[in-house]
Amino acid sequence: MIYSNKTHHNKRHYIDWWLTAFILLLMSYGLVVLFSAGGWVLVKKQIIRLALGLVVMLLLAQVKPEKLAGITPWLYVMTILLLLAVSFFGYESKGATRWIKIGIRFQPSELAKLVIPLMIAWFYRYRVLPPDLKSVGTSLLILLIPVFLIFKQPDLGTSILVAVSGLFVLFLAGLSWKYIVGGFIALASAAPVMWLFFMKEYQKQRVLTFLNPTQDSLGSGWNIIQSKIAIGSGGLFGKGWQNGSQTQLDFLPEHSTDFILSVLSEEFGLVGVIILLLLYLAIILRGLFIASQAKDTFNRLIAGALTLTFFVYLFINAGMISGLLPVVGVPLPLVSYGGTSIITLMAGFGMIMSVYNHRKLLKS
Amino acid sequence: MSRNQIKNPQQETRIFQSRIVASILVILLLIGAIFTRYFYLQIIQHQSLLASSEQNRIKTTPIPPARGFIYDRNGHLLVENIPTYRLQVIPEKVDDFKKSLNELKNLIHLTDSDIDDLIKKKNLNRPFKPLIIKNKLNEKELASFMVRKHMFIGFKASPYLIRHYKYTDILAHVVGYVGRINDKDLKRLDIKKYKGSEYTGKLGLERFHENQLHGLPGSLTVETNAQGRVLKTIEQTPPISGKDISLTIDIELQKTAYEALGELTGSAIAINPKNGEILAMVSKPGFDPNDFVNGISHKKYNRLINSNQKPLFNRSLRGGYEPGSTIKPYMALAGLYYNIINSNYTMFSKGYFQLDNQARKYHDWKRGGHGLITIKQSLVQSVNTFYYQLAVSLGIDRIHEFLKPFKFGELSHVDLLAEKKGLLPSREWKKAAKGKMWFPGETVITGIGQGFLVTTPIQLVTSLTILANKGSYFKPHLIKSANPELKKIPYEIPKNYWDIVHQGMIGVIHDKKGSARAIANKNYLTAGKSGTSQVYGKKEEDVYNRSLEIPFHLRNHALFIAFAPADNPEIAVVVVAEHGQSGSKVAAPIAKIIIEKYLMDILKLPKKSNEK
Repeated sequence: MIYSNKTHHNKRHYIDWWLTAFILLLMSYGLVVLFSAGGWVLVKKQIIRLALGLVVMLLLAQVKPEKLAGITPWLYVMTILLLLAVSFFGYESKGATRWIKIGIRFQPSELAKLVIPLMIAWFYRYRVLPPDLKSVGTSLLILLIPVFLIFKQPDLGTSILVAVSGLFVLFLAGLSWKYIVGGFIALASAAPVMWLFFMKEYQKQRVLTFLNPTQDSLGSGWNIIQSKIAIGSGGLFGKGWQNGSQTQLDFLPEHSTDFILSVLSEEFGLVGVIILLLLYLAIILRGLFIASQAKDTFNRLIAGALTLTFFVYLFINAGMISGLLPVVGVPLPLVSYGGTSIITLMAGFGMIMSVYNHRKLLKS
Repeated sequence: MSRNQIKNPQQETRIFQSRIVASILVILLLIGAIFTRYFYLQIIQHQSLLASSEQNRIKTTPIPPARGFIYDRNGHLLVENIPTYRLQVIPEKVDDFKKSLNELKNLIHLTDSDIDDLIKKKNLNRPFKPLIIKNKLNEKELASFMVRKHMFIGFKASPYLIRHYKYTDILAHVVGYVGRINDKDLKRLDIKKYKGSEYTGKLGLERFHENQLHGLPGSLTVETNAQGRVLKTIEQTPPISGKDISLTIDIELQKTAYEALGELTGSAIAINPKNGEILAMVSKPGFDPNDFVNGISHKKYNRLINSNQKPLFNRSLRGGYEPGSTIKPYMALAGLYYNIINSNYTMFSKGYFQLDNQARKYHDWKRGGHGLITIKQSLVQSVNTFYYQLAVSLGIDRIHEFLKPFKFGELSHVDLLAEKKGLLPSREWKKAAKGKMWFPGETVITGIGQGFLVTTPIQLVTSLTILANKGSYFKPHLIKSANPELKKIPYEIPKNYWDIVHQGMIGVIHDKKGSARAIANKNYLTAGKSGTSQVYGKKEEDVYNRSLEIPFHLRNHALFIAFAPADNPEIAVVVVAEHGQSGSKVAAPIAKIIIEKYLMDILKLPKKSNEK
C-alpha cells in the first residue's frame, strides 16, 4: 500500500483548499447577513461556533477513513443508546424532548446525522454492489430505528435529514431504480397512514398551513406570509443591507435562525440569492467531485451521501421559507444562527476532506 | 448469493459515477426550482409584495377633529366637548372573556344582556382590535376600575371627548344632538371627512350646521414594528377643528321662556323683528340630548316614544295649530287693503252672524254681542261677528292671496331640518285635497282662524314679524349672521292701515276692555292678540257651555302673539300653550314674562315710575 500523499505532498496536515475556500466564503456571507438580522452580539457568538466548526473539520480531515470505519459500529450503538436516553431522561423544551445533559446540553439526533450514513456505508463497505434485496432490508432497519426515535421526539426536520442521509448511501451504492420508484410509491401510499396515526397536531398544522397559509394568516400562516413578503419585497437588488423593513421591524419571525434566507432575499434581492446558490453549488460540486475520486466504497459513499444531505438542508430551508415546502425547521446550512447544526455539518466536511486527502490507496 | 459473489470494482465505480451524474442533474433541477420560486416572488410578484411590506410598516391613523362648540348670542357656552373615560378591551389579551366581564359587573354597571351582547360582538370583532365595553364611565366606576385594573389584563380605561349639552331639556329642540355614525349616516356623509370620527349631528342645529361644526380630520403616519409599537412619525397632519357657532338664542331668555310654560306642553318663540334673530325657541316638553350621544337605552327611548306628551316632537317647528283669533289683525289689514272697510268703519255686533238664506248662526263669544264696534274694538274685544262679516266680504280667494305673503301655509326656512308646512286653504286646495267645492260657511270661520287653517309656531312668529315691521321681515334664523337679507311683502299697504291694526293690538293689552289687559306693563306698550285653537269641533251651540269639566286632553290650545315696544318693536313673541283653554288668561301671561324679561332685564329699558 502506498499513500499517495506521502509522495505528492510534503505537509503533515491535510486540507482541501477549494472546499475550505468555498466554505469560508459562505460563512462570511452568512455573517454579513446575520449582522443585519441579529447584530454584533449574535455575530460574535456565531464566529466562535464557526471557528469551532472549522477546527472540528480540520481535525476530522486528518483522521484516516479506515479508522473511522473501525469505530463506526460502536458509534452507531452509542447513538442509538443516546437517542433512547433522550426519550427516557431527556429534558423538554418548547414541547419537544431533544436534549440530554452530559456536562453540556447535547442533542444526540445531530450525531445521528453523521453516524447513520457512516453505518450504512460501513455495512456496504465489503459487500458486492449493487445492493440486493436482503441487504437493503437490513440497511433500512439500521436507518429506521434512529429515524423513528428522532421522529418521536418530535423532530420532523432532523428525522427527514437523517433518513435521507441514509437513503442517499443506498442510492449511491447503486440501489436499483426499481426499488427507488417502488419506495416513492410506498411512501406516497404511507402518507395518509402517517397523517392519521403518527403525525402530531402541530406537524399536521404545519402541513395545512403550507397548503393554505392565508387561512390562518395571524396564526401559523403568519411566518410564511411575512417571509414571502420579505423575499418578494427585496426585488432584484434588495432594499440594502440593514434596510429590510420586514427584518428590522420584526415582521419576519425567527430571522436569525430558520428564516435568515428571507433576510438575505429582502436586503440583497435576487442577485444576493443567486450568489448564495452559486456558493452552495460550488461546495456541493466540490463534494461530489471528491466522492467520485474516493478510493473505496466506504469513502465514496460517505463523501457522496454527506454532500447530498448538505444539499437537502439548503433545498428544504430555501423551499420552506418561500412557501414551496411546509415548514419543517431545517436551518440554512452554515448561515443560520445556531450551534449544533454547524458543528455537525463541519464534521461532515471534515470527513469529506479526509476522503480526498486519503484518496489514492490503490491505483489499479 | 451476494456474499459469495466477487466484488467488481470497475462496475461499482461505473455505477457510482452514474449515480453522481444523476445526483448532479437532480440538484441542478432542484436549484433551478428554487431559483424559479425566488424569481417569481422577487421579480414577478415584487410590486404587490413590496406594497404588502409597506403596509406592514406604515400605519396611517386618522385624527378626528374636535367638534366646534356652540355658544349663545352673548358667548355663554351651551354645547361643549368634555373629556371622559370609556372601558375598552383587546379581546386576545384576555384569557376568559366571560369570566372577566362577570367580575367587572361588580365594578361598573353592566346588565346580563349587555354581557351577552359583548360576547357576541367579541366573536365578530378581530381579536387585536379594541372593543368598547362601556362608554362614559362615571367617577365611581372609573375609580373602582382603576384601583383593580391589575386584575383585568387587556382592559383599559381610555379618555375620549364626549359631546355635552349643558342645557338639556331647555335647548334640546334647538341644538338637537349628535350620535354615533350609523350605516344610514354613512350614506349621506363624506366618508373622507369622517375618518376616525365617531359622532355626527343627528338632529337640530347639530345636524343643520354639521359641515361647520365637524371640521376636517388630520392624519398620523407612523412606522411601526410587528408588535405595533410606534417607532417614528413619518408624517403628521393636524386635524382642523370644527368651527364654533354662535346662536342668536339668549340663553337667559330661553330659560325664562322654558320656565314660563311651566307644566304646560307647547311652544314659545321670541324673535327680534329687526333682524330675524330668534332669541328663544322652546318646545315643551324637551328631552336630554346627552342620552343620545352614546346610544340611548331601549328602555329610555321607549319611554320617550310612548309618552303622551311626545317629548321628541318639536312643536315649534312641526306642531300644527289653528291660528284662531290671532288671525284677526291680518284679516283687518286685508279688509283695509281691499277697501272693504275704512278707518272709520263700524259695525253692530248683535251676537251672531248668518249667511244669506242660511239658518246656521255663527256666534260671538259674548252672549248678546258687543254692540257698536270700530276696527280697533273688534281687535280689543276679539269680536267674532266682525270678522265673519269681513271674511265673507273678502271672499276666500282674497283671503288666500293676502295671507300667503305673510307666510301662512308657507315654510319659514329657519335653519333647522324637518320644518313642517302649515295650511292656508283655497278653493284649488280644497278641490285637490278633498275633491269638494268651497262652501261659504268655510269662509266665515276662516275669518276667525278656524276651519282648515293650520299654522306652526315658527310660521306664526314669521308672520308676526311682518306685522310688527309693517311689511318687511327677515328670514328667522338661529345662527348669527352679519347682514340678514331684508325682505318685503309684495304689496304697498298705507302706513295708517298698519297703525289702525297696531292700535287694535295695543288695545288688547292696554284698553280697559282689552282681553289681555292683565299683562300690561307700564314701562312700554305691548301689541298682542290672543287666540284659541280648537282641539275638536264642538257644535256652535256648545260654545257657551265650555266648562272646566272637559277632559284635559280635549281642551283647546291657547295662543298669544305679541310684540313690544309697539311703536318700535324689539321683540315679537308667539306662545302656544297646549290645552291652555284661554289665550288671554294662559298664553298671554307667558308672553308677558318673556317680553318683560327681554325688555327690562336684558335690554334694560328705562322704568317709567310715575305713569300708570
